[in-house]
Formats: sequence, C-alpha cells, structure tokens
Amino acid sequence: MGMIASRREYQLHNTQTAVYEQFDDRTQQHEASSLGMWIFLATEIMFFGAVFTSYTVYRNLYTTAFEIGSHHLNTPIGAINTAVLICSSLTMALAVHAAQTGKRKQLMAYLVSTMLLGCVFLFIKFVLEWIHDYKEGFAPGLHWTYAGPHTNQVAMFFCFYFILTGIHATHMIVGEGIMVVLLYMAWKGRFSAERYNPIEMFGLYWHFVDIIWIFLFPLLYLLGAHF
Amino acid sequence: MSSAEVAIEPRIHYLNVDYGIKSWLLTTDHKRIAWLYLMAITFFFTIGGVAATLMRLNLLEPQGLLLEPETYNKLFSIHGIIMVFFFLVPSIPAVLGNFLLPMMLGARDVAFPRLNLLSWYIFMTGGSLMVYAVVAGGVDTGWTFYTPLSSLYLNTHVMAAAGGVFIAGFSSILTGLNFVVTIHKMRAPGLTWFRLPLFVWSMYAASIIFIIGTPVVAISLALMGIERFFHVGIFDPALGGDPVLFQHLFWFYSHPAVYVMILPSMGVISELIPTFSKKKIFGYHFVAFSSIAIAAIGFLVWGHHMFVSGQSVYAGLVFSALSMAVAIPSAIKVFNWTATLYKGSISYEAPMLYALGFIGLFTIGGLTGLYLASMGLDQHVHDTYFVIAHFHYIMVGGAVMGYLGGIHYWWPKMTGRLYPDGWARVAAIIIFVGFNLTFFPQFILGYLGMPRRYAVYPAEFHTLNVVSTAGASILGLGYIIPLIYLAWSARYGPIAGPNPWKSTGLEWTTSSPPITHNFEETPVVTEEPYGYDRLAEGIPVA
Ligand code: HEM
Ligand SMILES: [Cu+2]
Repeated sequence: MGMIASRREYQLHNTQTAVYEQFDDRTQQHEASSLGMWIFLATEIMFFGAVFTSYTVYRNLYTTAFEIGSHHLNTPIGAINTAVLICSSLTMALAVHAAQTGKRKQLMAYLVSTMLLGCVFLFIKFVLEWIHDYKEGFAPGLHWTYAGPHTNQVAMFFCFYFILTGIHATHMIVGEGIMVVLLYMAWKGRFSAERYNPIEMFGLYWHFVDIIWIFLFPLLYLLGAHF
Repeated sequence: MSSAEVAIEPRIHYLNVDYGIKSWLLTTDHKRIAWLYLMAITFFFTIGGVAATLMRLNLLEPQGLLLEPETYNKLFSIHGIIMVFFFLVPSIPAVLGNFLLPMMLGARDVAFPRLNLLSWYIFMTGGSLMVYAVVAGGVDTGWTFYTPLSSLYLNTHVMAAAGGVFIAGFSSILTGLNFVVTIHKMRAPGLTWFRLPLFVWSMYAASIIFIIGTPVVAISLALMGIERFFHVGIFDPALGGDPVLFQHLFWFYSHPAVYVMILPSMGVISELIPTFSKKKIFGYHFVAFSSIAIAAIGFLVWGHHMFVSGQSVYAGLVFSALSMAVAIPSAIKVFNWTATLYKGSISYEAPMLYALGFIGLFTIGGLTGLYLASMGLDQHVHDTYFVIAHFHYIMVGGAVMGYLGGIHYWWPKMTGRLYPDGWARVAAIIIFVGFNLTFFPQFILGYLGMPRRYAVYPAEFHTLNVVSTAGASILGLGYIIPLIYLAWSARYGPIAGPNPWKSTGLEWTTSSPPITHNFEETPVVTEEPYGYDRLAEGIPVA
C-alpha cells in the first residue's frame, strides 16, 4: 500500500468520524482528552490549594478576627447560592447524559438551565453580596470603614474572601462562555451519541467549580457561626 | 505515487511542506513549534547574557566600574528572571521535548497540537510583558520577588515582570499537561513504559513538576500583585501578614523548578552517553526511577532556602535531611553514567564532550549543594558568592551543557544537515574552560565572605573577581561560536542522512528532516532501548 495514498485515506476516514489527525481512533482520542482534563483539574487544585493554605495559616493565627469577619457575611444568602450551584451541577449531569444518549433537544434544554442557574449564582454573588459588602465598607484597599477590634486582621479575612470568591466567580464566568459555544454547537447538531466528548469534559469542569464552592462556603461563611 | 519513490526521494519534509511566515506562526506541527521556541529562548538568552556581561564588567573594579548600584540591582534581577523563567525552564522541554517526544513515542504529534501552539503564544505574551518591564525601567527585586520588598517598597515595574512570569507559567502548565497525556496515550504499539528512552522519562518527571508546582508560584505572584495593587495585607508584616509565607509558597515551586532545569538535561545526557560509548545504558530502571524520585522528593525540600528566614529549627532540620536525600537519586544517575562509560568504545564527538562536561560540572555543583543543605554551613555562606557559584554549576554547568549537547546531537535530525565538527569541539572546550574560570573563583570568594547582589566589594576580593570576569569573556565567546556555525550549517551544512551517529532511538529511524507526521508508517517496537550490543553483533540499524 502506498504511504501517501494511505495517509490520504486515513485523513479522509478521520474527518468522517471526527478524529483528529494525531490520533489513531476515537477511543484513543477520548482517553487522551479525559486524561488531559483530569490533569488540568489537578493544576486547578494546586492553584486554589495555595490560597486555601494561606487562608488556613492566617485563620489559625487570627482566629477571633476571622470569626468577626465571617459574621459579617450573609450566611442565608450564601446557603441559597450553594443550593443554586448544586442544582446547576444536577442539570449539567443531565446534560451530559442527554448528550451521551444523543438527545439534542434535551441537551440544549439542560445546557440552558445550567447557564441560567450559573447566572443566578453570579447575580447573587455580585449584586446581593459583593456590592453590599463594598457599600458596608468591607472592601480592603478600596473602601474600608470597619473600625472594630482587629481591624487589620479582619481586613485580611475580607482580602481572602474577595480573592477566593473572585477566582471562583472568574471560573464560573469562563464556564458560562464555554457553555455558549457548546450550546451553539449543540444547536448546529455537532454532537451525537458517538461524539459527545466536549460536553463530558465540560461537565467535569463545571462539577469541579461547584466542588470548590462546597469548600468555600463553610470555610468562609460558617466558621465560628453561632446558631 | 508509489511508496518506493517516496522512500528514495523523501524530499517533502516538515521544513518545506509549507512556506511563509504564516505557515510557521499557525503551525500545529510539534517540530515547527520547537523551532518557534528555539528562536524565542535564544533571544531571551541573549538579553540575559548581555545583563550578565555588564554585571561582570562592573565587578572588574572594587568600587564598581560602570554602574550605579541601582542599575546593578536591576541588571541582576533581569538576568535572573529571564534566565530562569524564560530560558532555563522552557529550554529543553519546549525545544527538544517538543521536537523529540512524539518521535520517540512513534506518534504523529503530541496529543493536543493546537494547545501546543497556544502554549507558545502564551509564552511569548509573558515574554513580551517581561521585555516591556525591562525597557520601561526594570525591576530590582531579584528573581525571587520577595515580599514586602516587591509588594510595597518598590516603584519599579514589578507588576509587569511578575505578570510576565505569571503568564509564562501557564505555558509551562500546558506543555506539561500535553506531554503527560502524550506519553500515556500516544505510544506506538509495543512501546511499553520500560522501553521508553530515558529522555522521555525525564520529560515525564519534569512535566509532573510543571503541573503541580507552577500553579502555586502563579498564585503566589498573583497574591503579591493584589497586595501591591490594593495595598492590602497578605504578606505585609505591618498589617499582620507573614512574609515568610510568601517564601514558602515561592520555594514550593522554585525549588522543584530547579529540577525542571536539570532533569531534562539529565535525560539528554542519558541519551548521549550510550550513543557515544556504544553501550547499553547501565541500570536503565534505576536511571528511570531516579528521575521520578527527584521530582517527588524535590517537592519536600523547599525550606532549605529559608534556613536563615526565621523558620523553626525543627523545620530546618527536617528540610536539611530531606535535601540531602535528593542527592541520592542524583548520585545514582552519575554512577550509572560512569558505569556505562566504563569499557565502552567512546568517541569524542561534540555532543559527547558536552555530556562529559556535564558530568564533571554537575558533580561539583551537586556536592556543593550538600554543603548548602547542611544548616550550619549554610549559615556561613548564605547569600554569598558560594551560592552563586553553586547554582551556576548546576544551572549553567549542568542544564546549559545538557541543552547544548542535545542541540548538537539532534541538530542533524532537526535540519537534515551536519555542522563543522572541529569548530563544535573547540567551542565545547572553550565553554568548559571559560565556565570553570568564571565560576570556580566564586566558590572561594563566597567562602571568604563576598556577599551576592552588591555592585561594590572590598579590595581584597579584587584578583579573584578579575579572574572571574576574564573567564566570563571566554565563556561568552564560547556561546557565540555555535550560534555562527549552526546558523551556517542550517543552510549550507553537508547532508546528514537519517542516522549520522548510528543511534538506536526511534527518532533515528525516520528521515532527516522528518516528514510532517514523523513516520511513513507507525513503527512497532519489539526491543528495549539502547540496543548497542546488537549493533556490535553487526545487526544494522536503520
Ligand atoms: C554567561 C555567563 C554568566 C555570568 C557571567 C553570570 C553572572 C551572574 C552574576 C554576576 C550574578 C549576580 C550576582 C549577584 O548576586 O550580585 C548572577 C546571578 C544569577 N544568574 Fe548568572 N551569569 C551567567 C550565566 C547565567 C545563566 C546561563 C543562567 C541561567 C540559565 C544564570 C542564572 C542566574 C540566576 C538565577 C541568578 C540569580 C539572580 C538573583 O540573585 O536574583 N546565569 N549571574
Ligand atoms: Cu532548593
């Protein structure tokens, strides 16, 4: 068999089955992208891990100050947001399932629900929490009016609060952007029961972002809470 | 077209399938991306080199020959930042790794070619920001960006420089991710883990460090930036922050990062030594596992940079002991290379000269590292030229020698052409001599108490500094010569043929330069690597 000829055939074959040139077959491609995604999530854990570590160090050093700071967060709203996010994880899981079974309409519906829930989360975060915190004077470096005890250390708590929730929100915004693209692709009929890899990979990402929040919520809102 | 014609006249290869700037800037071929990196880091190496030259010139006189102390501070910062983050870290992985990894695996490309190209663009974005920081006025934090110096007290371009490093970090992360997936999922049939070339093992270890370490330094620099930008306290002691925490986070990456600088180089050496002594490598498994061990233990020793930072004595003790433990896998490698050389039929081609130079210099650098890892001695030589000499022996003597050796070894594969052998050997020797002349005196200087990062020094250190500067001129010359003959060779060098060194690796079974997808047909691997004993029995390799 002539090599060039076989390469052409090979590429032709692959464009039909949507396998990129560098892979031999769809299994290999699928395994490669899953592994890639998991490694990416590992780097994300290290990324958040450094901030979590710093937070923990200072929380141990300045326990009272961090509790004071925590008291100024709105726990019920945080709890509502946690629920919203968990729901979005559910709809995302359903979207992946719909993609795997090749149900285009359902897939689109679940993607849209996930996006909406994500937007609700971001709205609550921005408008009901951050802007509120800012107005109350809890934004270190920008607008800081808190004058109670341990002001520097409380400021530090709010620093971490904004950094952690900020990085988390950035991840959500990126996720929303990707979902727009995925939705468009779904609408164009690019996914099928054979080809749903991007949806599955994105599902992993979205769940990961949710899990981060599941750690953030108790760490920031619930520590030292009195019921 | 029949396959016979293609085999005899394989003159469509990756370099000439497409022409024009666009075909290069939009390429997804790992081999072309390797060239993009090669160009970029050569450029950065030059900037770093110019800064080094100016510093050495200044130190020709005890009062300082030509620079204000402030300018001197900026120069060593720029030199360090560029050399570490924009030359050493990407050098072997991004250039040789990109070029070779898929070929050594018998694959058509890396797992994510477009991500690979993206990594280069990210790297260039970071690099441009860094160059901007230099042109706009420089930074004087040193390459470590220690807070609160970097976050509160300096009005220079810290944000741009740290931003450049931050961004370039993502390029490392993506490269590491791409390599790990490629190694796991793209191996040719029959290529089991223990048939992988040792260079691949070293790339695997380095990639793990990229993946785990880089995010941490990225976020620490981001926190530093936030502190600086919003004037909030995270590391600032006046606001209750802890500057030592920054050092912990920074060195959690940056110590393993020194292994990113040296492991790939060790991988190169493990390819060169068997090839040029025509022997199977001694203790393949030990060499392979020692790479992983170095990467793993490397994450546990960062505290040896902080013996005098006020961390507890117990922490110091533990870090001291663990640091010594890293020496074990490194020593294993040196022993195995030496054992491979023993009774081999050694030929002293240029790449081999670099490899032998590497072993010598790395051994000196490694042994002095043990001095620094012992707390008591470190108290004495901390932040003196002893440290400078130590890390230059590892990073320049080790990593750069390995890099140059690798470039010389795989050059015929990359370009399809040979370079003038005589010149290459002469350059290798000049570099070796110049290097020792530059940095050996610095051990003595440091031991006698000359501190680092000073533009001026007491007159008693004059002679040794003059020697060091003289050595640096020789070293600089040594770096310029290869630049000239390699550029010449890329165009006019004699045709190399697929396997000029009679090596056994998979990459040598394809034509030079290779076709876009590396192999005419996916190779099937049936043997362990380094089968030079088979060669001796007269079985020809491709
Ligand atoms: C070509 C010959 C070289 C010379 C003459 C040279 C010279 C110097 C000098 C004088 C310093 C500053 C010493 C001080 O603290 O006052 C320095 C620091 C440093 N050099 Fe080099 N260097 C050379 C090559 C390299 C290379 C190739 C690398 C890495 C690839 C490198 C990495 C570093 C680093 C990381 C620092 C520390 C910067 C800091 O303290 O922040 N050097 N070098
Ligand atoms: Cu270290």
